[in-house]
Amino acid sequence: MPSRALPYLLLAPAALFLAAFFVYPAVQVALIAFTRGDEPTLANFARMAGHWKFDAALWNTILLAAVVVPLQLALALFMGQIVTRMGRGRDLVLYVFTIPLGISDLAAGIIWLAILEQNGFLNSFLYHLGLLESPVARLSYQNTLGLFVAVALAEIWRATAIMLVILVAGMGLIPKEYDEAAQVFGASPWQRFVKVTLPLLRPSLQTALILRTILAFEVFAVVAALAGTSMPMLMGETYAWEFQLQDRGVAASYALVILGISIASTLVFLWWLRSPKEARA
Amino acid sequence: MTATRPLRAPVASYDTTRALELATARRWLTAAVVTILCLWVLVPIWLVLVNALSTPAEVSGWPKSFLPSFATDSLAFFIGFRGVADALLNSVTVAAITMVLSIAIGAPAGYALARFDFAGKNAFRILVLMTRAFPLPLLALPLAVAYIQVGLDDTILGLAFVHTMLAMPFAVLITASLFMGVPVELEEAAWTLGCTRLQAFVKVVLPLVSPGIAASAVFAFVVSWNEVFAAAVLTIENRTLTAFLLQSLNVSPLHLKFAGAAVLVLPALLFLFAVRKYLFAMWGIANR
Repeated sequence: MPSRALPYLLLAPAALFLAAFFVYPAVQVALIAFTRGDEPTLANFARMAGHWKFDAALWNTILLAAVVVPLQLALALFMGQIVTRMGRGRDLVLYVFTIPLGISDLAAGIIWLAILEQNGFLNSFLYHLGLLESPVARLSYQNTLGLFVAVALAEIWRATAIMLVILVAGMGLIPKEYDEAAQVFGASPWQRFVKVTLPLLRPSLQTALILRTILAFEVFAVVAALAGTSMPMLMGETYAWEFQLQDRGVAASYALVILGISIASTLVFLWWLRSPKEARA
Repeated sequence: MTATRPLRAPVASYDTTRALELATARRWLTAAVVTILCLWVLVPIWLVLVNALSTPAEVSGWPKSFLPSFATDSLAFFIGFRGVADALLNSVTVAAITMVLSIAIGAPAGYALARFDFAGKNAFRILVLMTRAFPLPLLALPLAVAYIQVGLDDTILGLAFVHTMLAMPFAVLITASLFMGVPVELEEAAWTLGCTRLQAFVKVVLPLVSPGIAASAVFAFVVSWNEVFAAAVLTIENRTLTAFLLQSLNVSPLHLKFAGAAVLVLPALLFLFAVRKYLFAMWGIANR
């Protein structure tokens, strides 16, 4: 076999697959959003933006990401620092910390439903402590803040692990000498973390933030399990327009909005956490 | 160390004891924090398992016990529920196809990236990385239309293609780094000893990388097993377990949901436990 053609032959299946199932549908979703009955139009977007749930869905999605992602970053950095300084039991603790990676967002939503529902474990716990006499509904459609907190808790519980794994892998790449040098010069653990670890962790921080923010904009099943339709989200509305309302054009418009904020946030993180020129390999 | 202590000045000895006390205190503090964090992860899983192993009456009862009664009523009800057995089988089938496809398509590309320099290599790399910055489940929307035209609508295979799209970029990046970890000299030695390129690959490279490839296959399985949105959009009659649970959220009783969540969680946990050694290598590599 001629060696020049071999890499292309090996690459061909993956390239064809990406063309058929990534590039083609990505173009197609834009076409569907911008046409109605084969006519180019903005009617789908107008219909989407005119619906009373659109504003709520957009702001809920952005607000949830804005609340959840920074908290997850802080928690993941904290967990990562503890783990990297551990000796015995490190592997076991890391395994436990990463368990939620394997848990479906739907399962995570139902798990927190078990805790927060009216007769759930939180209320039962408070009852056993003598702090509560009878069950309280915490997830009613009137309690917007309660629903938001429930979804945020489930998201933090479920998806901090993905940031942790990326950050711990990044921490492993930092040579120990930097930290030791700072220690010799008398830097406190906090100073070492802020002035040595964080700057050197920049590429991993960037990846973790980009990935996690995109996933946060895609939040779907957690909300469906905990809040039903009482808390509109972009992904949930996409699903509703596709299925209940049977309007693919509007569903595709929603998809483009999610894509738009995903790309925007990615660009922001690429710019904000760019590696300084002199540090580039 | 104890033997040298009497030789030191009394002040230094006092300092050492204090430092030791501080170190011990810090160790206890770390242990306490680690325990709390582990409980934060494990207790919610425990609680849903308690629910799954309680009778339906106990699940909706008040107040709740934090220990299961080890009743199998809820699970039996769930498994016997109309559509659940089919959904389970569909989930396993889709995940198995996804696993095979992502490795079969991804590993050759990973090998090409690891071993060859060729025009277009960078463009391909960027295309693979771009998939990461894209809300991939949304691709199910246009594909639902296209599938009707080619007869893939509401099929296990059609869904498996979308799940492969989710898992394959990982497989490419992970296998590329696995192959890079095998020195090219090993392969060259096999060639000089008369092996063809394929023989050298099968006899020398494959045994070295197969544990890592198995790990990324398991990873692909879990990605598919857990996926909700595309599964719910693309399947109607042939629903997977996640699609079934999602679409019956409004109508199903609590004990059905909890049993379903437990059935969804357990296999994923077992699989991840099997590949825990590779978890960090995989994510560290795939996200660089």
